[in-house]
This record gives sequence, structure tokens and C-alpha cells, in this order.
Amino acid sequence: MIAPTLARPPVNLGERLRLAVADAAVVTWRNLVAIWRVPTVFVFELVQPIMFVLLFRFVYENAFANIPGGNYVLFLMPGIFVQNAIFGSTTTAIGIAEDLKKGLIDRFRALPMARSAVLAGRTVADLAKNLLLVTVMIGIGYLVGFRFQQGPLAALGVVVLVLAVSFTFSWISATVGLAIKQVEGVQAAIFTMVFPVVFVSAAFVPVSGMASFLQVVARNNPVTYWCNLARYLSIGDVAMLDPVTGLPTATLEGLLVRSALWIVGLLAVFIPLSIRLYRRLA
Amino acid sequence: MADPIIRTEGLRKRFGDVEALKGVDLLVRPGSVFGLLGPNGAGKTTTVRILATLLAPDGGRAEVAGLDVVRDADALRFRIGLAGQYAAVDENLTGLENLELVGRLYHLGRREARRRGAEVLERFGLAEAADRPAKTYSGGMRRRLDLAASLVGRPEVLFLDEPTTGLDPRSRIDVWAFVRELQADGTTILLTTQYLDEADQLADRIAVIDLGTVIAEGTSDELKARVGGAVLELHVQDRADTAAAAEALAGLGRGDPTIDPETGSIRIPVAEDGATALTDSIRRLDERSIALADVALHRPTLDDVFLALTGRAAEDGTEPEPPTRRRRRRRESAGAAP
Repeated sequence: MIAPTLARPPVNLGERLRLAVADAAVVTWRNLVAIWRVPTVFVFELVQPIMFVLLFRFVYENAFANIPGGNYVLFLMPGIFVQNAIFGSTTTAIGIAEDLKKGLIDRFRALPMARSAVLAGRTVADLAKNLLLVTVMIGIGYLVGFRFQQGPLAALGVVVLVLAVSFTFSWISATVGLAIKQVEGVQAAIFTMVFPVVFVSAAFVPVSGMASFLQVVARNNPVTYWCNLARYLSIGDVAMLDPVTGLPTATLEGLLVRSALWIVGLLAVFIPLSIRLYRRLA
Repeated sequence: MADPIIRTEGLRKRFGDVEALKGVDLLVRPGSVFGLLGPNGAGKTTTVRILATLLAPDGGRAEVAGLDVVRDADALRFRIGLAGQYAAVDENLTGLENLELVGRLYHLGRREARRRGAEVLERFGLAEAADRPAKTYSGGMRRRLDLAASLVGRPEVLFLDEPTTGLDPRSRIDVWAFVRELQADGTTILLTTQYLDEADQLADRIAVIDLGTVIAEGTSDELKARVGGAVLELHVQDRADTAAAAEALAGLGRGDPTIDPETGSIRIPVAEDGATALTDSIRRLDERSIALADVALHRPTLDDVFLALTGRAAEDGTEPEPPTRRRRRRRESAGAAP
């Protein structure tokens, strides 16, 4: 794409969109350079998910007898991929809080750039980083005994789903970052939000084993839909059989529709909300 | 004044229960350096943030280069540059990449952004460090890079918020030289400062701002003329004598002496020809056997102006205010400069 040159504000929708995309691309480049030049940050970000895999894989394996499909590693890894997508998106909030602290957001806001570009550039760069993260996690999964069993296309579907979830949570994360602003506060807030959302879901264990009041929450948690869809695409409909009755609890179509609706719905709320907060920063 | 390039009328801004600006009126002539002078929390940063489109005022209006800072913000951003209180540079990018980033966000196109980046780096003496990550830069170099970034878009109006705060004396003088150079090129510069000598050195006109209002405006000479005459400054040898010395000197000058028991200094505004007051003061103190460490007669500085206008020094903590009010102002200054 050729970067447009312009010495005045865009006058129509086409120009406005072209500039928004070009500006977001420039900011994305800037954020990717940081990931590339300071790889230790990414390496440290990998430690925690690897720890999760090892803990769940080897500590809890025999604690969960009634796993759909009967194999905990196969059940676990798709949940881990989704969990990583969500945890990996917390860097968006932290990055924005750091830019605020350093005065960079002030600089950007005084420039004639699109109001969406700082946020889009951050979420897109984090999307690229999370692609790297999920790739590494698939590798780790293969080391501990996980295998995709539904062919390459379904496996690709898992990656696409995981990236869509990470992109969605990056925008939620951006909103939290702009609302709270201080780096330490943002860090605390985002993890306080993300932990229950992930743990009260089918990410690591079947919902049927939870306390009954939590089951209601977990069954309606979008994370549960995403994890189950990832499972379906990874190991097939065996993932959806109720361990007690042996009957399927969800269909692929149902999971697809609900997963997509949640993603689109959350993006429709949090993209405009975060841009609004960015515009109104004091 | 013919067509001011910055005009504010009754600018007001409130943060929670703190009134940061209570109606600020400013007129700035094109091509001039305008100094906004005041202590922390006076409202300087808030004013600059409104003018640079970062903050919407609650009341009043502001125009820069003929454009309304709220309604025409998108167009205005093409014509202004801002360097805030912190060196807002990306540490992971090189000096040149930082400027290229800014240039591309001004929509100059990649090649032109790069060309101007190199040009501005050269001008700021950073050409040799162009390809080094900014994190390897010293504090002074970062501030210069930050200033350089504010110039990539060749702004007509440049806002500098406390451009020399935290700089060593050498870097400070460098920044002053850049400001003069930019003015020579025709750029209008509005700078805020807590340093009276900085405003004195650089600004064609100065607005003294305190507690959200402009309390005086004029050239440095005009402001000094408001104090008038000269200032007699005495330092007693034994600080315990400060109060007694001030009492002895009462009625000597044209106004009340201001004393600072911490340093043992006494300042008295005196008539233009202060020689009589000078000899008088020495005689009076001699009569009471109060020993002097130092005595000087000088033209009023902006310190004296601030003192005359507000009843307190610009940079010290002695304020004739109840403590609750003071805490609020502190909170404002923290909120206004995130």
C-alpha cells in the first residue's frame, strides 16, 4: 500500500478510511519493532503458559476421571489455546498504559492522525504477537502428547478462532487500559478480570464438575463456547459428548454461531468504546 | 495587536472540584515567543493542553492560527507542534525512526518523512546518533529528540511545556538557542516555564498565571516596571537576626520587606535611586549591632515581580493560603500533568 500524503484533514469517507488504515499500519510497525528488538519480553510471556500446560497436564491429569473423550491432554490443549489468546491480550492494556505514562499518547493525540490508529496499531501488533504465541503453544502441546485429529483445515480453524478471540480481548484490554491509565492499576485490573472469566468456563475442566451456581455462569460464558468450538475442531464431536449420559451437548453449527456472535458483539461494543475513551483522554 | 495567532477568551477548565482555569485571556502575536509563567498547578499545562487540542475547555474559547481548538481540531493538528513535559520518544526506535514515525503520522509520505527526520536530527546535533535506539540517549539528547519530533511537521505554532525542566545547565542553554533559532525562522512559540530567568531570556511577552488566572501580562521590562525602582537585598550573618533586622528596616523602602528566615535574606523594594536606602539600611543595622553577610542593590527580577503580584515567591512553599486549599492545588497539578 502506498502511504497517502495529505496536508489537510480527510474530506470524505474513502479518504478517512484510507488514512485510518495507513496510520494504523505505521503504529503497528512501531509496536512490532518493540517486540522484535526486545524479545526478552516475549520470552517471559511464554513462561507462564508453558507452566500452565505442564501443571494441568501432569498435576491434574488423573484428578479428572470423567473427561469427554477420555483423554485429558486432548481435552486440555484447545482450552489452553483459548486461555492464551485471552491472557496474551492483556499486553494491549499494559502497552497503552505505558505509552500514556511516557507521554507518547499525548504526542499522538496532538498529531493529525486517525483517532483509531493508536488503538488499532496496538491491537493488530498484539494479534501478530499472539499468533507467534499460539504457534509456540501448539508446539508445546505436541511435545506433551496433544494431536489435532480433524485434519489441517480444522486445525487452521482453531488458529483462526484463537486469533479472533485474542483480537476481541485486545480491544477489551485497550478499553481497560484507557479507563484506568496507571500501569500498575491496569495490570491488577486486567488480571482480576481475566482470571475468573477463563477459570469459570470449560477451559480446563468440564462444566459438569463445577458447583451448580457456577455451572450456570460457565455454560453461558463465551469462553466456554470458544473452548468447546476449539475442542470440536481439534478432536471432533467426541469432545461434545456428556461424560455421564454419552449424549452430545452441542452441535458444531450451534457452537460456530454462538462463538461468532459473541466475537462480533464484543468488538461492536469495545472498538467504539475504546476509541471514545481515547478521544476524551484528559 | 494585528491578528493574533493565538487568542483565548475566558478559558475555563475544571477537574472534579478543582477549578484549574478560571477564565484565561491570552493574545499572542505571530512570530513571537510568548512565555506562560507560573508555579506548579497554576494552570500552565492545562492551558497548553487545551491549545494543543488534547483537552476540551469547559468554557470560553480558543483559536490558534485562525482555527477553533475544539471545532477545527482536525485541521489545527496539521499546523501545530507539541513538546510536553516528558521526553515523549519511543525508546525502542532509533532517533531517525522516531522522527520518521511522527512524519508519517503527519501524512508526509515515507520518503519525505525520512528526509525531514534526517534534516531535523542534523539541526539538533543528533545526526551521529540517528541510528541508535533512543534508549541509549542521555537525558539531554532525549529532550532534543523530543523537540526535534515536534518540528517534523514544520508547525506554524509550537507549544513547549516546560522545555527545560530537569535539564542540566548546558542542555538548557542549547534549548534556549533552538527556541531563538526557530523564532528567527518565523515560528510562533508558546512556552511554559517555572523559571523566571527563562521567561526573561526568551519571551517577547510574558503572562504571569497563578491559580488559573492571568494576573499580569506584558514584556519583561513592563512587568519589572510594575515593581518599579530597584530592590535592596540584604543577608544577615546570623539567621536568627532576620526578624529583628526586618523590623529595623521597616519604612525604609516603598513597600514591606519580604523576609526569608531560612536563608536570612531580606528584600525591600526601593526607589529608582536606591543609594540613600542602601546607606540608611547599613546604618540602621549597625546601630543595632546586626552583622551583615551581604548587601546588594539590583534591578527587580521576575522573582520580585511575582512576589509583588502574588505576595509570595514563585518557587517556594510559603503561601498565604489555608492548608486545605493548598492540598487541592497540589492534586490539580498532579492531575493536570499525567
